[in-house]
Amino acid sequence: MKVKLTIWRQKNPDSKGQFITYPVDVVNGEMSMLECLDVLNETLMGRGEEPVAFEHDCREGICGSCGFMINGIAHGPLPATTVCQLTMRHFKDGDELVLEPWRSRSFPLVKDLVVDRRSFDRIIQAGGYVSVSTGNAPDGNAIPVGKEIADRAMDAAACIGCGACVAACPNGSAALFTGAKIAHLGILPQGKPEQDRRAVRMVAQMNVEGFGSCTNIGECTGVCPKEIPLEEIARMNRDYLLGAWRERGNVVTAIAPVTDWNFGEK
Amino acid sequence: MSTAVAGQRENRTPSFWQSTNGKKAVMAVTGAILFLFVVGHLAGNLQVFEGPAKINAYGHFLRTIGEILWAIRIILIVCVVLHIVATVQLALLNWKTRPVGYSRKKAINSSYADRTMYWSGPIVLAFVIFHLLQFTAGYIHPESQFIDGDIYHNIVAGFSVWWVSAWYIFSLLLLGFHMRHGLWSMFQSLGLNHPRHTPVLKQAALWITIVIVAGYISIPIGVLAGWVR
Repeated sequence: MKVKLTIWRQKNPDSKGQFITYPVDVVNGEMSMLECLDVLNETLMGRGEEPVAFEHDCREGICGSCGFMINGIAHGPLPATTVCQLTMRHFKDGDELVLEPWRSRSFPLVKDLVVDRRSFDRIIQAGGYVSVSTGNAPDGNAIPVGKEIADRAMDAAACIGCGACVAACPNGSAALFTGAKIAHLGILPQGKPEQDRRAVRMVAQMNVEGFGSCTNIGECTGVCPKEIPLEEIARMNRDYLLGAWRERGNVVTAIAPVTDWNFGEK
Repeated sequence: MSTAVAGQRENRTPSFWQSTNGKKAVMAVTGAILFLFVVGHLAGNLQVFEGPAKINAYGHFLRTIGEILWAIRIILIVCVVLHIVATVQLALLNWKTRPVGYSRKKAINSSYADRTMYWSGPIVLAFVIFHLLQFTAGYIHPESQFIDGDIYHNIVAGFSVWWVSAWYIFSLLLLGFHMRHGLWSMFQSLGLNHPRHTPVLKQAALWITIVIVAGYISIPIGVLAGWVR
């Protein structure tokens, strides 16, 4: 099976990018999209050309490193799948696949298909944690958590922070990501004490990062490899509305967005 | 490749109104109030099918309550202004979030009504202005005579002009699209979503919209068909 990969090539953040088409011989339909790019890169390196840069780590759909648009859909046409788990048998012989990086001003492009998603890290840094006392490990099951509550929290915690929600959103909103991160802690008793502050700070950081507004249309959840539901966005809105009122007397700080890279050569 | 520049604490954070979530909450509340008006306005105007005496008396009643009418008008105007200001500000923000666009982009999970809120809103606003000038103020009354206080006559004369009716029906269909999305979206923006209740709410939003739009459209259709004359 042969496919044509039309890939966005861009040397660095400042240069002008363009699409370049590469014919790729897919040896095996069980190869993943990323393995297909590996094959292409071997060929390119063999010819002395620059390989296609793409982000990847676990290659089992749980780390959130990989991700790009395939023919206008984040993570490709298969639902609930990251590109590393997307096998080539889902495409037909002779298909042209257009691979494009996430497009968002809050995800500045680094190179080719790699974007800088540190804005997500800063949202987590702003409040996506629970404060725990140091010392001995607490006894297991010291805090009883109901099964349905644990399940709800786990569903939200499944978010891997890949950025597909932002990439798919016509408004470039990070509501689904921020919602999932606020919800998975706020649902659990361990996260309750900081619930208000967490929502206010994370929403503030999300806004400082320049993400767009949520229009509740659901494109994000459609492409989400973990199928995080829109419910988590409502959860964020509820926690934010209540938190903004209860925390009205407190000063909220945000972390200054830093978007430049040190490449080492300077 | 390393991140050499560490983030510094920044004190400037958006206020409730400056945050996207806060603005959406304002849009939800104002949208809900405007929806109540849409229901009330329909209930009042369907009296046209009960004959001239009934609807003209209703119009006269509205004009006699004076301060209350103006209080309602001011609330509605404030809601319209807040709803629009929030939308425009959010739209200006959203258009900046993707400086480099996609070469191709497929919508896979949103409805037509969801994606066309930016179109249905402004067209409905243009319609509301035209509608107020035609039936409330009487400045515009194409091919008909406006008689202050004779609501029944104004409705029949106004809608007898085919393009006025067509524009009215078209605008009301767009209002339907707007409400189809807005009626459940307002709950989402205010943080109310439930795995079991939200699907029911979405269905309810569709049927409430159909009933309301059908109710409004029945008036020009009634005039054009000769049931109301």
